[in-house]
Amino acid sequence: MSKMNVTEIMDRNKEFLRELREESGQDPGQCFQCMKCTGGCPFQFTMDYPPSQIMRMLQDGLVDEVLKSFTVQTCATCATCTTRCPRNIDIAKLMDTLRVIAYHRGIVGKGKNMHVFHTTFMNSVKNHGRLYEVGLALGLNLGTGNLLQDTDLGLPMFLRGKLSILPHNIKGRDEIKKLYDYAKKIGE
Amino acid sequence: MKLAYYPGCGLNGSSKELDISFRAISGPLGIDVVEIPDWNCCGGSSAHSTSHFLSFALPARNVINAETTGCEEFTAPCPACYVRHFLAQRDLNENPEMKQHLENALGRKVDKSDMKIKNVIEVFMDKVDSSIVKKPLKGLKVVNYYGCALVKPPKTFGFFDDPENPQSLDKIMRTLGAEVIDWPYKTECCGASLCFTNQDATWKASRDILQMAKDAGAQAVVAACTMCQMNLDMRQSQINKKYKTNFNIPAIFFTQLIGLAMGISADKLGLDKLYVDPKPLLRSLNLL
Repeated sequence: MSKMNVTEIMDRNKEFLRELREESGQDPGQCFQCMKCTGGCPFQFTMDYPPSQIMRMLQDGLVDEVLKSFTVQTCATCATCTTRCPRNIDIAKLMDTLRVIAYHRGIVGKGKNMHVFHTTFMNSVKNHGRLYEVGLALGLNLGTGNLLQDTDLGLPMFLRGKLSILPHNIKGRDEIKKLYDYAKKIGE
Repeated sequence: MKLAYYPGCGLNGSSKELDISFRAISGPLGIDVVEIPDWNCCGGSSAHSTSHFLSFALPARNVINAETTGCEEFTAPCPACYVRHFLAQRDLNENPEMKQHLENALGRKVDKSDMKIKNVIEVFMDKVDSSIVKKPLKGLKVVNYYGCALVKPPKTFGFFDDPENPQSLDKIMRTLGAEVIDWPYKTECCGASLCFTNQDATWKASRDILQMAKDAGAQAVVAACTMCQMNLDMRQSQINKKYKTNFNIPAIFFTQLIGLAMGISADKLGLDKLYVDPKPLLRSLNLL
């Protein structure tokens, strides 16, 4: 990170931080950097910024960096951080909210796999009412370019009767469509 | 007791053995399983990563459909589904703004919901006592693996167990006669759906869990969570390949073991659906 003017950045991102507090119900300003979240995070090793650093970046208004981070995308929502935070901040909920905001802003950052996965997953539910696993696997592998991912599991799953070749369509698909249309309408 | 049952996409496919064993033990334990009519996917981790409204509305539709069955209790055995339905019911009852949005979207009034939403351990916790045990799981050394979603974050859900050192599964397994080994990874995260998007990270997390189970002296891992079970069982072959290890540790659902101890035959419990075959181990202990 190069030189920055914190006062100016804070000013620019004040409104975003207010929205983040409102949507998540959590205030990153409460964090006093004890680093318990980072110490207990099972996926810290694969993140670009540890969770405690994300909290500090939010305090300093480094919104773009946070939204583009891999951390926000690869947080597994296990809530170990939330469980242990001495300031009672629901850090997992904050990560969740940040992920939704990044998705709505079309920020893919380093989370291409996640972006493809979530989009394919949600489309599958939109079309069928239930998840169509074969379709998800195909969409994921084509979208990410990892064409061979998990192809070793296809046959063992099929032999155990766990893979359905055709999708299962529920009767209330019109209701599901209404929910999706409404989500689009209200932008959430 | 009539129980509204939400299998979810997992139990319909990749975690079939949980569905099979759940149904097999429910009847004899006095639970009447009523599948929720025309249920839809709850949106899993994708809905709550992309849409605030859909992460509420998709499971809320299931809660509304479940209320039509007249059941007083509801369960979604997959912990991820459970969490979504629990939160959706809470919003339905306590968040008028979200309820209003849902009514606008569906174009009809919806009622509040007063079913008790239970997780999969909660359903069986009070039903398992020594009177149901016909074939004790004598000699079977297990570690109990709760994962995160069933116990974390605390105080959020209607189920109380310690988030760092839970006891409910341990108690069930002891009642069944198994030898419960204490270990530090009861609630360590396996990576859940990151297995699709960040495989290296999930393999490492699941490898660490399997290694800890092995070091602790366990012959099998007892699982309650579909995602944990899948990452440890279905992906064990991938982990062995990646790390040149030779794990051969069955990850068995606790419902399958309850069934076995109740004297229900193995073919009615979906044991053949597991990837790491538990039968040689169970046979060696005369449990099959």
